[in-house]
Amino acid sequence: MRLRPLPHLALSIASAIALIPTVFMLVTALKAQEEYQADKTGWPDAFVFDHFRQILFDTPIFLWMANSLILVAGSVGLSLVVACLAAYAIARMEFRGRDAILTVSTALMAVPPVVLIVPLFVLYTRLGLISTYGGAILIYAGLITPFSVYLLVTFFRSLPQELIDAAVMDGATHLQILMRVVLPLSLAPLLTLVIVNALFVWNDLLMAVIFLQDDAKKTVMAGIAVFQGRYNNQIPLTMAGMAVAAAPMLILYLTFQRHFVRGLMAGAVK
Amino acid sequence: MRRNSPLVPYLFVLPLICLLAFVFGLSLIRLVEFSFKQVRGIDGPWIGLRNYELVLGQPLFWESVIHNLKLFLTIPVMVMVALVLALLLYERLPGWRIHRTILFLPYILAIPIIAVVMKEMFQFSGPVNAVLTALSLDFMVLDWIGSADVALWTVMGLIVWRETALGVILFLSRLMALDESLIEAARLDGASWRQRAWHVLIPQMRGVIEFFVVISAITMLSAVFAYVYVIGGGRGGPGTATMVIELYIFNALIRTSLPGIAAAVSVLLFAVSLLLIWALFRVRRREEA
Repeated sequence: MRLRPLPHLALSIASAIALIPTVFMLVTALKAQEEYQADKTGWPDAFVFDHFRQILFDTPIFLWMANSLILVAGSVGLSLVVACLAAYAIARMEFRGRDAILTVSTALMAVPPVVLIVPLFVLYTRLGLISTYGGAILIYAGLITPFSVYLLVTFFRSLPQELIDAAVMDGATHLQILMRVVLPLSLAPLLTLVIVNALFVWNDLLMAVIFLQDDAKKTVMAGIAVFQGRYNNQIPLTMAGMAVAAAPMLILYLTFQRHFVRGLMAGAVK
Repeated sequence: MRRNSPLVPYLFVLPLICLLAFVFGLSLIRLVEFSFKQVRGIDGPWIGLRNYELVLGQPLFWESVIHNLKLFLTIPVMVMVALVLALLLYERLPGWRIHRTILFLPYILAIPIIAVVMKEMFQFSGPVNAVLTALSLDFMVLDWIGSADVALWTVMGLIVWRETALGVILFLSRLMALDESLIEAARLDGASWRQRAWHVLIPQMRGVIEFFVVISAITMLSAVFAYVYVIGGGRGGPGTATMVIELYIFNALIRTSLPGIAAAVSVLLFAVSLLLIWALFRVRRREEA
């Protein structure tokens, strides 16, 4: 095989560009404040872990992460229940209005979230739902459900009819068929959905800054967006905060790379 | 309840209908209503087209629109870079899997995180300018974040850096699904890498490239809030240099408490996105056909 330096070089340059910000973030987080001021780019003389200690114990980052986790669990869970029930009926039952429901639900994937903030903000102000977990969970669940329904309907339709017929012969109700026959066969698309939807909710900033304004309810993304302002010029400390905030998704990505890539490609269709 | 009761399917779809009606249905109706009202607090009197007249007569609105349109310039850059990288990865050179893992990394990092990191890297006295000075490239030393002439271009660079990764993965997965025999035939005929890419591979990727162009266009129009919110210090700064439509809506709603104005802009944005979605559906239908 011919040795081909040019493609290698091009890929290596691209990979370096993709990697530099992450490396800068980690290296700077481990650098002493004085050293960073003198030398912005070099390798640290000695690793300083104090910034991580400060981030973990002196900032509300755990609270923010807990808030994000509550929203992810609540909205992804709610959306999955709603979407599984509806997708099962749409894929496996005959009823009037079925196609219309699927068409409308699918079309809603196209609505940019930003156009919903005005009416929802006014409504939530009136109902006192601003800065409540429940209110935000409802919005996130609504935003991620159309895609979930679309994906699950496609998958449920591909399951063999004989399996369902056999369960019907045994006298199972539709709910039992869904729980005991259909869902156990759908673990792969369910995992994809959990990843796409969790990533969307965890990474969102727009809804988080509007609907969770209380300091006690801030999500991790809303928290770090104001981080740099609060720790002005303490760049190593800021970078330690970013590293902690990025850690969960980085670890998940490196562990479940294949599911992530598949999930994100499916999610891009949104 | 008996299994074959005609009500059963409706019980299964009822939660979906309630959720979507609450988040989307009710909201879209109220949105259009608000855009014709002078809303103070939670409601207000009908004022016809006044909101639209105010918005369309305001220079800041048009400046935001122009900024969003400028962001569209990132799309050809992203398509070209992603195409070259996907084609290089497809060659399956030794170590290509590691490159694939790294090249997709930018898309995993959340926008607010990476925007904060980049903002520090591109400070006037930050590491990027330090490296440029060390390389004697002083003419390239710019105030990337703080100068009104440069800030939007910095945002565009950041968008290209992150969103290209999605293009790479989409294009690569399309390439992986291609029929290998044609490519082998071209290779045996002695076609060079460039010839194979240009005459064999790229023509078969037309659908996925169009798809990426349309979803990128939707992103540039209605999903860049997190980038400019962080880079522009929450206000689209410096001055109004990184103001975009989403931030305009956000400001009108939250900072100046003018929901009617925000609603009018949202309706306009929604109308334009519908046009883009229509294009997306056409592209996808053609690809399926």
